Amino acid sequence: MVPINYYIILSAILFTIGVTGVLIRRNALIIFMSIELMLNAANLALVAFNSVLESFSGQIFVFFVIAVAAAEVAVGLALIVEIFRSKNSIDVDQMSSLKG
Amino acid sequence: MTLDLILFLVLALIAVASALGMLLSRNAVYAALFLVLNFVTVAVFYLLLGAPFIAMAQITVYAGAIMVLFLFVIMLLGAESLPGISNWRRVWFPSALALILFIEAAYLLIVKARPAGDVLQPDVSINTMENLRQLGTSLFSDYLLPFEVVSILLLVAMVGAIILTKKEKGAGRHGPN
Repeated sequence: MVPINYYIILSAILFTIGVTGVLIRRNALIIFMSIELMLNAANLALVAFNSVLESFSGQIFVFFVIAVAAAEVAVGLALIVEIFRSKNSIDVDQMSSLKG
Repeated sequence: MTLDLILFLVLALIAVASALGMLLSRNAVYAALFLVLNFVTVAVFYLLLGAPFIAMAQITVYAGAIMVLFLFVIMLLGAESLPGISNWRRVWFPSALALILFIEAAYLLIVKARPAGDVLQPDVSINTMENLRQLGTSLFSDYLLPFEVVSILLLVAMVGAIILTKKEKGAGRHGPN
């Protein structure tokens, strides 16, 4: 039997790696992948808690999170494609048109 | 050390290594493939936790649809090679912030929330059709309204993605071209 604490620590590690990816990478696609990693880490924690509670609420919540992530990816990648078309780059440091 | 624990530790090592590979990769395609490996490992975790439906949804939606979309966009934009982390001086401060975040999250989740007990053994009683039937019944009775809202959300996201990437043509359209 694996204690649930191990799963929670793993989830926290994966979430932290995702946060680090958002902070240190400048490529919009990699930042987006890091966000997906964070969503996954949260899902893992939810399923682990669900397994202890022996109910279905956690699994259904994860199902909804997966659906929302799919919608988010569709719109986000469309935005990235549009930004690339107008700026010829997906470096987030280049997106500073609003800076005075 | 039981077999479960060994399996967990090996899978956790693969998950963390693939996440780090995604973080540090210089090639966007490699980063996406590392992320696919990570998603598949997490799906195996879901199976170990007794959630077979979520594991299959994870593989189909994440490793299948979402990452194929990512790879498609990477190849469409021709943005395979990345500059990498050039300025290492800018790395240590975010890394320190992330370390603080990890310590705080671990403290809150382990010490404050005090989750007790072991996770369920994935025995025969969990990974059966009965489990799936209960999940489906719950999804379509107690959670019917969120389910329908999610379907509308997916429709809106699809329409939004089409409109965002559509090429402007004709003079009838106003707005930036």
